[in-house]
Amino acid sequence: MSALLKIDGLTKAYPAVIANNNISFDIQQGEIHALLGENGAGKSTLVKAIYGLVKPDTGIMHLNDAPFAPAEPRVARSAGVAMVFQHFSLFDALSVAENIALGMERPPPQHKIAQQVRVVSNRYGLPLDPDRIVGDLSAGERQRVEIIRCLLQDPKLLIMDEPTSVLTPQEVGILFKTLRKLSQEGTAILYISHKLEEIRELCETATILRGGEVVATCDPRTTSAGEMAEMMVGRVLHVPERAAGDVGPVVLSLKNMSAPAPNAFGTALSDITFDVKAGEILGIGGVAGNGQDELVAALSGEVTVPAGMIQLKHDDIGRLGVNARRKMGLLAAPEERMGHAAAPDMSLTENALMTGLARKRLSHRGFLRWPAARAFAKDVIQAFDVRTPGPANMARSLSGGNLQKFVIGREILQAPDVFVVNQPTWGVDASAAAAIRQALLDLTAKGAAVVCISQDLDELMEISDRFCALNGGQLSEPVAAQGLSVEQIGLMLGGAQQMDDAHV
Amino acid sequence: MITLEKRPEPSQFWVFATPLLSVLLTMVVGGMLFAALGQNPFVAMRTIFLDPLFSEFSWFYRPQLFIKGAPLVLIAIGLSFGFRAGVWNIGAEGQYIIGAICGAAVGLAFYPMEARWLIFPLMVLAGALGGWAWAMIPGILRTRFGTNEILVSLMLVYVAEQLLASMALGPLRNPDGMGFPGSRNLSQYPSAANLELIQESAMHWGVVAAFIAVIFAYVALARHLFGFHVRLAGQAPRAANFAGVNPNRLILICLGLSGTLAGLAGMFEVSGPAGQISIDFNVGYGFTAIIVAFLGRLHPIGILLAAGLMALTYIGGEIAQSNLGLPGAAIQLLQGMLLFFLLAVDVLTNYRITWQRGRA
Amino acid sequence: MDLSAINPILFFASLMVAATPIILAGIGELVVERAGVLNLGVEGMMILGAVCGFIVAVNTGSAWLGFLGAALGGALLALLFGVLTQCLLSNQVATGLALTLFGLGLSALMGQGYIGIKGPVFADWHIPILGDIPVLGPIMFQQDPMVYIALLIVLGTGLFLNRTRAGLILRAVGENHDAAHQLGYKVIRVRLMALAFGGACAGLGGAYLSLVRVPQWTEGMTAGAGWIALAIVVFAGWKPWRLLLGAYLFGGVTVLQLNLQAAGVAIPVEYLSMSPYLATIVVLVIMSAGRAPGSLGRIFHASH
Repeated sequence: MSALLKIDGLTKAYPAVIANNNISFDIQQGEIHALLGENGAGKSTLVKAIYGLVKPDTGIMHLNDAPFAPAEPRVARSAGVAMVFQHFSLFDALSVAENIALGMERPPPQHKIAQQVRVVSNRYGLPLDPDRIVGDLSAGERQRVEIIRCLLQDPKLLIMDEPTSVLTPQEVGILFKTLRKLSQEGTAILYISHKLEEIRELCETATILRGGEVVATCDPRTTSAGEMAEMMVGRVLHVPERAAGDVGPVVLSLKNMSAPAPNAFGTALSDITFDVKAGEILGIGGVAGNGQDELVAALSGEVTVPAGMIQLKHDDIGRLGVNARRKMGLLAAPEERMGHAAAPDMSLTENALMTGLARKRLSHRGFLRWPAARAFAKDVIQAFDVRTPGPANMARSLSGGNLQKFVIGREILQAPDVFVVNQPTWGVDASAAAAIRQALLDLTAKGAAVVCISQDLDELMEISDRFCALNGGQLSEPVAAQGLSVEQIGLMLGGAQQMDDAHV
Repeated sequence: MITLEKRPEPSQFWVFATPLLSVLLTMVVGGMLFAALGQNPFVAMRTIFLDPLFSEFSWFYRPQLFIKGAPLVLIAIGLSFGFRAGVWNIGAEGQYIIGAICGAAVGLAFYPMEARWLIFPLMVLAGALGGWAWAMIPGILRTRFGTNEILVSLMLVYVAEQLLASMALGPLRNPDGMGFPGSRNLSQYPSAANLELIQESAMHWGVVAAFIAVIFAYVALARHLFGFHVRLAGQAPRAANFAGVNPNRLILICLGLSGTLAGLAGMFEVSGPAGQISIDFNVGYGFTAIIVAFLGRLHPIGILLAAGLMALTYIGGEIAQSNLGLPGAAIQLLQGMLLFFLLAVDVLTNYRITWQRGRA
Repeated sequence: MDLSAINPILFFASLMVAATPIILAGIGELVVERAGVLNLGVEGMMILGAVCGFIVAVNTGSAWLGFLGAALGGALLALLFGVLTQCLLSNQVATGLALTLFGLGLSALMGQGYIGIKGPVFADWHIPILGDIPVLGPIMFQQDPMVYIALLIVLGTGLFLNRTRAGLILRAVGENHDAAHQLGYKVIRVRLMALAFGGACAGLGGAYLSLVRVPQWTEGMTAGAGWIALAIVVFAGWKPWRLLLGAYLFGGVTVLQLNLQAAGVAIPVEYLSMSPYLATIVVLVIMSAGRAPGSLGRIFHASH
């Protein structure tokens, strides 16, 4: 039997980097094929080439033995290639049915789509109401829109880009069932991930990319996660180590904190209560869109809350703004680097000034002290090994990992008493992620308290002392992280109501 | 196939080169346009851009640069802060008119008392306050109700124009003017006149205020927290919020500042070069200042140079009108074209143009 | 003062006429904004349409050809905006302002020889039967053809946006241009087409002023009508049907103040003349609801 998709010597170079270098591999019909690699390994360029979003410089592809060089996604789709993106390309203000119609070449009338959506969603166990507005859906439901949109086209090859990063373990289970069913029916799946355990559970073949090249092909069911990690990274990883520190008194305490949703598609926070002690990391898990951004904003002071809800050491700080809280020792690093934690079109010096003003005395009577700001930026660059020519460079010129190191370093070097961080290693390569986690652990060793919000459960399990989960703007009771099972975590993340969806 | 590729850093070369390139393109295309109108393009361009400075009558035209340039600088400096912060006050023309009405009203209220030490400063204050208050209307509506400040500030220009007409015909009309519309001439009322500071130089208080505004704006942008917050809010609003900038306060300050400066410009104009409140008092400085602000890259020094260039086209345009019979609208068109070309070539600052062969 | 001089039938009939240029310019801008582009140059496109329409009509003797010329002129100017903002990625607010300033200058230059001339007559249509209905007939069915055409354009736009696939694609492009691009839709092409349509409509609106409403050419004759059209798009919450409501409201205020002026009310003319602008502000404040298209005014650059 010949392969469904043959990729032969595919190369794509950008001015600064060769994203794909002479890549060749095959995908068989009905196979679940993993594409594994770190950020920047060339995974997304490769799948974009298959989906017709990027034109390769050289190399040829064959789909069912016919030459395949899609000039645009339309062509790829009509040839039977469908793709579910990591960041869903959905339209918030449109309905589920309208979104699906947009993804089809020759869509039937709107009411027929609604009917087809119901049929497909029942068949594959993906419940979805076609008339709902997409902006109101949860991350998991939004992903279903994407998947159903693809399935309605009867694809021969379904590309999935990091599909589980926004799902609870239970939802992952549902997804895997759907994918296995598809594979049995003969649909090949190209599954992109950097989560090794997932790949071992689901996939039959794995192609591993590093630096734009295929470095290995293996059977993940018989290869250990450690071996695959080594092939992916190219060296042995440094595992963060934890210096056993003493846990001190409570420094940050939230009592029944509530805050209204900031906008139509936001999440309201209700009755959030927790304490954090000096020297510990409180890990907060949860699927994206369950109130993480809102919680960070309420803690950082971007959103103020009524008196009595937030206490920092001995002070009631709920009504104070960002800079007042910074002066008192509460610092934060929001999730979105570009445009929130940092201003992309400003220099690193100016970005250092952004949050360092109060604690680092970078201004005097309203006048800025540029030399001091520059020195501070240089300190951050040096201490956190930020790869950049110097502090005069724009934030947007840094890679994601380097900018994240800068943003985290900027706060840590201000010696916070409490540090709130959201998604500290999102989109950061493995070695930078390890460095950031180590920095958080070092910070607690010096006696600071850290609140770490993340969707990466492995990360939370690795560094937190206690763990709790955000769901629909509510926080579960924090429990000791050690010894928590995946099942327990899943229940905390998902809440009971989402379990209904599991009945396929 | 031409594609645009975002530069990691804005090109320093093009930041300075694009304004010059756009002036050059405007001259070329404008020349072609004038040729189409039956003019010699070289003569027309020389008349507009060079004659005010170098002709035999330039002793008369050169001081005019101050008169035309000062209000442009004042208004554009004010606008530049808002434009940087993403606050779009495009109703400076209205604030300019109201500043003039308020300034003139205070001056006329004292007529014929002689007390320059009191009256002129009060007029300056009234002009500033009038412009400020007029700009606060879109400001408060934006911060309270989320109303679009572009549309409100612009609607208020038309309201201000009607108000100007009613003032010129009603309360501020010259009682000794035999019923003609228009107020008393303030420039002939020594206590209220915006006098020439140096004989024959056309340097009046508005020019001084303009230079002071440039210096203040420069310091604020380069060295002060306020300028930093303005730039931050414009480039990354969420980051500004994270840095502790109160967006509503910033909107009010930016609108207030531009309104104040526009009001001052109007007051200096009515008490000096224009002399009186009349129906056709405003000549579009408030709109031309928008071009000046962009052409000067929202930078104080750039604005100073751009205002000089715009003043030049105003004066040159008048010369061309009387000497060559070129229609006045042609100058307006030239100014609009200049802004167009600037916006078009601006792409070079942030993007690199690359040619890729073959593939579409 | 004699308010009884205001004839209600004439009042509503002229209200429909006063609203028509706003409806035309507004529906064009509505489509443009639904495609995610904020074109603040409506005033510039309208005035260019007014002058183009007038010139063509005077030289050909046909008001219909005048409207055609106006639509072309408006569309061309809009495409200039499109090239700048979509291909050269310039700031939409600044470019829109430039478009207005440029349009005002260009129209003044083009209209040099046409000041004080009378254009060809654009006859009203007395629709048989319907036009004979008492009260309603004179208000609704004895108007000039452009009044009906404007309403048909609104109707067509409403159906297009909500019932057709092309309309769905246009809304998708305006809602999230990155997602639309990922799905393979030509964001820039869709937007250029929307802009051309918007420019043509604005041009028609301008020509309606110079050929029907006034009817002659004077410099700056649009007097803010383009900006009011922009405001009414916001008022309408980007929905075609509510645009009609906003335009009639505005038309009502305009006609009322003109009638009051004619009736010699003891309010100075200037204060009456500013009332449509004040009414627009009030309407904007009250109706700031409605959700703007997600990508409105944002620069689209297809990166890799």
